[in-house]
Amino acid sequence: MLRRLHPEQPESFAFTPANQAWAEAQITKYPEGRQASAVIPLLWRAQEQEGWVSKPAIEYVADMLGMAYIRVLEVASFYFMFQLQPTGSVAHVQICGTTSCMICGAEDLIAVCREKIAAKPHTLSADGKFSWEEVECLGACTNAPMAQIGKDYYEDLTTESFTRLLDDLAAGKTVTPGPQNGRYAAEPKTGLTSLGDYESGKTQYNASVQLAMDIKDGVKRIQGDEVPLLTPWIGKDGKVAGRAAGGQPPKAPEAVLPAVKQAAKDAPEKKAKVAKSAAAEPSSPEGAAAKVTEDSTTQPAVEEKAPETLKEARGGLPDDLKLLKGVGPKLEQTLNELGFFHFDQIAEWTDAEVAWVDARLKFKGRIKRDGWIEQAKRLAVGDETSFAKRAKDEGIYKDDDK
Amino acid sequence: MLKDQDRIFTNLYGMHERTLAGAKARGHWDGTAGIIEKGRDWIIQTMKDSGLRGRGGAGFPTGLKWSFMPKESDGRPAYLVINADESEPGTCKDREIMRHDPHTLIEGALIASFAMNAHTCYIYLRGEYIREREALQAAIDECYDQGLLGRNAAGSGWDFDIFLHHGAGAYICGEETALIESLEGKKGMPRMKPPFPAGAGLYGCPTTVNNVESIAVVPTILRRGAEWFASFGRQNNAGTKLFAISGHVNTPCVVEEAMSISFEELIEKHCGGIRGGWDNLLAVIPGGSSVPCVRGENMRDAIMDFDYLRGELGSGLGTAAVIVMDKQTDIIKAIWRLAKFYKHESCGQCTPCREGTGWMMRVMERLVRGEAELEEIDMLWDVTKQVEGHTICALGDAAAWPIQGLIRNFREEIEDRIKAQKSGRMGAMAAE
Repeated sequence: MLRRLHPEQPESFAFTPANQAWAEAQITKYPEGRQASAVIPLLWRAQEQEGWVSKPAIEYVADMLGMAYIRVLEVASFYFMFQLQPTGSVAHVQICGTTSCMICGAEDLIAVCREKIAAKPHTLSADGKFSWEEVECLGACTNAPMAQIGKDYYEDLTTESFTRLLDDLAAGKTVTPGPQNGRYAAEPKTGLTSLGDYESGKTQYNASVQLAMDIKDGVKRIQGDEVPLLTPWIGKDGKVAGRAAGGQPPKAPEAVLPAVKQAAKDAPEKKAKVAKSAAAEPSSPEGAAAKVTEDSTTQPAVEEKAPETLKEARGGLPDDLKLLKGVGPKLEQTLNELGFFHFDQIAEWTDAEVAWVDARLKFKGRIKRDGWIEQAKRLAVGDETSFAKRAKDEGIYKDDDK
Repeated sequence: MLKDQDRIFTNLYGMHERTLAGAKARGHWDGTAGIIEKGRDWIIQTMKDSGLRGRGGAGFPTGLKWSFMPKESDGRPAYLVINADESEPGTCKDREIMRHDPHTLIEGALIASFAMNAHTCYIYLRGEYIREREALQAAIDECYDQGLLGRNAAGSGWDFDIFLHHGAGAYICGEETALIESLEGKKGMPRMKPPFPAGAGLYGCPTTVNNVESIAVVPTILRRGAEWFASFGRQNNAGTKLFAISGHVNTPCVVEEAMSISFEELIEKHCGGIRGGWDNLLAVIPGGSSVPCVRGENMRDAIMDFDYLRGELGSGLGTAAVIVMDKQTDIIKAIWRLAKFYKHESCGQCTPCREGTGWMMRVMERLVRGEAELEEIDMLWDVTKQVEGHTICALGDAAAWPIQGLIRNFREEIEDRIKAQKSGRMGAMAAE
């Protein structure tokens, strides 16, 4: 099923301090260099905090785990529990619709959702409080039909009890999860047919409901301070399973900026580091590209040097950089933001300067591959390249020039 | 009927004390270090002798699976991964273990890991089981606190850690190699075998993936002996088993029973009978959505174990998730819903499954309404055969089987509906 990012994205994302601590603790569960394993738990906590998974959240988690953005986007779009669009401010209601629940009346529950929330799934209700979807088997089949709302399962539902439940949630009342027909857990409703001797010490609620009633975070946006953070697997000496736990989690960024801005922000320190390293290697595009695919978060292989940039176009008249093959409207904007407006600027880039620009574009190695400098040299002196001619004549960027 | 003292999951409904103290009072964590002292070979041999077959659906002998793990480490660590991604429609048994009797699982994990030379165990829960995860984590925290986990776990001299991990709603992650991929932080797409996980699994290290129930029964088997466990059920189908009965019975429930119990006894004893009586029984899916359905009249005397259901009825025990459907059920629609499920859950890696599940669902959709030609039933059958066995993992097979079961058992129902739609008259079957 095709799942895309929502067209409207928030500016930024950051874990709350408590969630950040929680996330860092989760990363210690996995061996050195395998922190990517924590991607699902971290994305999930991001969703618990915000109600859905936004692009900045994906980038934030990727940066935290040292993963390429696309790998995290892949995970976010593959697993159906990640909501890629905003959900109801009170709750997102998930009705189990698979066979066991279907034959026990799940379709009636879905009808209630259509009527009370929205005609279509994944759509906010008029008051913005709820959204709903039909999900595949939630694994509570003997308590069918059932729904998951927030963290909790509401089982053995009828249309009446489900309607009441939605009304109570909307009114902000406390609701009790678990079986809604007086059952305790998954035992036969009419009374125990086994384990009669083990009824002693029965608490009021089954284990799931007890937790819900104790923590009271069923439909809450999780801040991380609801329960104390416990990490019993980290020994007193800071070791996990024989390896050091400390220092392992990569440092989280303060707040994620779009990739270009993020790179620009990092630029001074990167330059300083690079300057210290001796002998300049001759840069080969293949080498640089290979390095990049290996580990997209480390510094580039080639020494960088910042080229001369301009605050604004000379005389307010920038060249049409889109005439360079390989530069579209998006890249042109990026180049402008970096301070490049004219062909002659690009024509004068040295290898080290190309590396600097490369590090700030999302398409590494592109400058060389598409031969920007050669193109720019010709365009700067008024020559035309075949691409530029075509671009002008056919207006190839008109349609997607937003 | 199985006696209470022979039940392994004595707190299945969570009505007894759920803490570590309560678990100890029920006999768990008793002499764990002593069991480990008897050594790896003894544990694996006892498991083999007990006849335990994996409880995750495929029924592969657990002791044999363990013996595939390398005896000596070549420098790589070994891992035990527990498959708690319970998402086979109809199945809800592991949930009860994890939230109400978690110490059976934790103790089993320690012993099983020791037997496989693993110091680390990951439990992969399905993402939706949030409270179950919290309950299980609380039990694990308690064990760490009491020295039953961590360094020198339970005084056995074995260092052992359990980490809870969870997925985010992908049925395919119940397949062992997809689960491993997911645990490594990737999309849950199954891997080609070989190499098998015992050779190269999680992080490229020797790994065994076991179902929750398979691991949770281990301590009790080792304490009470292989003969005790093997004394339940028929030859080759040993032990006790959690059954989850859902659908049109009077009191659906999860219950532990002896293997090879008859379907009638299971339903009458624990589920209050079929809704509307035995004559009202239409069909049963005896082992979770992946196994073919069986006509009601063939089910009443059926023996609930691996060999009978497969051999005599062409179905399977699977996860022992029994879905009961009475005569008010639209059986074509019920199976269409499963086809929809598989279409939704196909990971998209293999073409026959990615395209086939969608194709089968769309034909099924028309069969539900009767808007089809009679030849299309055979065409659908052919397509299921083209999907089955042509994919990396068993999801393709699992998608094909329910439809095959429907065509085999309820062909006249489908034909009747098509004819009724064509002639505009109610068919003979529907008029009954």
